[in-house]
Amino acid sequence: MALDRSDVEKIAHLARLQIDEQDIPEYTKNLSSILDLVDQMQAVDTSDVEPMANALDAVQRLRADVVTEENNRDKLQSVAPAVENGLFQVPKVIE
Amino acid sequence: MFDKTLAELAQGLENGDFSSVELTQAYLDRINAEDGKYNSYITVTGEQALDQAKAADETRAAGNAGAFTGLPIAHKDIFCTEGVRTSCASKMLDNFISPYNATVVNKFNAAGAVMLGKTNMDEFAMGSSNESSFYGPSKNPWDTDRVPGGSSGGSAAAVAAQLAPAATGTDTGGSIRQPAALCGITGLKPTYGRVSRFGMIAFASSLDQGGPMTRTAEDAAMMLNVMAGFDLNDSTSMQQDVPDYTADLSKPLAGLKIGLPKEFFPADLSPAIAEQVQNAIKEYEALGATVKEVSLPNTALAIPAYYIIAPSEASSNLSRFDGVRYGYRCESPVDLEDLYKRSRGEGFGTEVKRRIMVGAYALSEGFYDAYYKKAQQIRRLIKQDYVNALNEVDVIMGPTTPHPAFKLGEKTSDPVAMYMEDIFTISLNLAGMPGISIPCGQTEGLPVGLQIIGNYFAEAKLLNVAHQFQVATDWHKKTPQGI
Repeated sequence: MALDRSDVEKIAHLARLQIDEQDIPEYTKNLSSILDLVDQMQAVDTSDVEPMANALDAVQRLRADVVTEENNRDKLQSVAPAVENGLFQVPKVIE
Repeated sequence: MFDKTLAELAQGLENGDFSSVELTQAYLDRINAEDGKYNSYITVTGEQALDQAKAADETRAAGNAGAFTGLPIAHKDIFCTEGVRTSCASKMLDNFISPYNATVVNKFNAAGAVMLGKTNMDEFAMGSSNESSFYGPSKNPWDTDRVPGGSSGGSAAAVAAQLAPAATGTDTGGSIRQPAALCGITGLKPTYGRVSRFGMIAFASSLDQGGPMTRTAEDAAMMLNVMAGFDLNDSTSMQQDVPDYTADLSKPLAGLKIGLPKEFFPADLSPAIAEQVQNAIKEYEALGATVKEVSLPNTALAIPAYYIIAPSEASSNLSRFDGVRYGYRCESPVDLEDLYKRSRGEGFGTEVKRRIMVGAYALSEGFYDAYYKKAQQIRRLIKQDYVNALNEVDVIMGPTTPHPAFKLGEKTSDPVAMYMEDIFTISLNLAGMPGISIPCGQTEGLPVGLQIIGNYFAEAKLLNVAHQFQVATDWHKKTPQGI
């Protein structure tokens, strides 16, 4: 499966990744060869096979809807790039 | 002292031959003097280590020592450690001081272990050579022009260079077993769900599993005794009793049925690797085992399926790194989209960006059935191959890797060539079963690894089978020249 430049630009946007202009040809080449590799899967008929998400077929555990964690906002926000009054700061979103 | 196993060091501490403070200081001095050659640590935590060692010595003096009290180990820098930088070898987390501990770290702390530091790795555990680390590659102690393997390459190099008696690792597609093989140590990937993933920075959540990297199978059993167990904080942790993994080590192997999958001995396998592995199988026959050929017919599909599942889960997991809540933030973002894109574009390295993009593509609108669903179907076929084979035999054996350690830079320009190095390890992560790699020979002065695979929760059996080989042979005692 060969990708072109615009595919790579679109994927990078979906993944919210800034890619340097000069690196796009290299990404295009490498992503195409990875997709060639994975396309080997298409040769196998899996129409009767149930997809497997967990090897032991475990399912998500549920728990009672009660508060179990104490408030440790200050500690968790101590590693944030920018915080004010307990809020994460980002560039202005709404005019 | 530096060639001693955890079991021997535990005995030394118990006998009073040395204290944990003395042992820890000796290791810290050695790391300080020698690690410039190997770059196996990202962060050395000397002060905290000595505090933990002092506390361990006090625990022992009070008569409350357990099997692990005072033993120094290193943690892969993917495990969150409270108050200590947890970088995942990424610029993205270069400034991240974790506010909490991984469950595995808490368990070692509760057992009285001493953390020497955090080991080098491929960035976000994505790689088979350690070369994607933001901090530069770790080097193979057998030949510092060669890679230690990856992603847990720093842990493997540290143990092989005797800069830690043991270390933790994580394995998503071979990241414990492959570096263990390339550095001549013992590495165990447990059954998926056996060891808690809480606080272990997620790469591919349905495949990631933590495990021990040690000199011997006996040490791996000691480590797993601490690491294994149910954890409410990990939604895929299995509620399954934890046996004493050291209890069965001495069981004789008479009657053991070994399966050799023909797909693990392909025509293009390095002849030197094939020969060393065959010699190891002969050793097992001498120990009373019988051998038969089995088949894992879907082996060739494992790498294609993995390179959809792992990147897809990675693209989802790594969306949390957005420059807002923690980690790297770009300078002067003009708006929110610019903040996201530049923080991620500048914070992640090339291989990580490549895999995020593969995952974003596979999960994008219209492609789900052709890629992710297809890969999950193939995953079931691969699991079924192993289930069928293990109905006929007790364990499966083969080479851990198709080649010995390759040269730094040899495969960096061709990601697909790098991915093929995991051909024998990757299918086991898809199946969720446990596997161990032990040193079983050498070629041109480089270690060769034997992989032993067992059924779900058969870790005790694998450790027994590995230990008996190590009682009968001394490949695990070989050390690189100059160490």
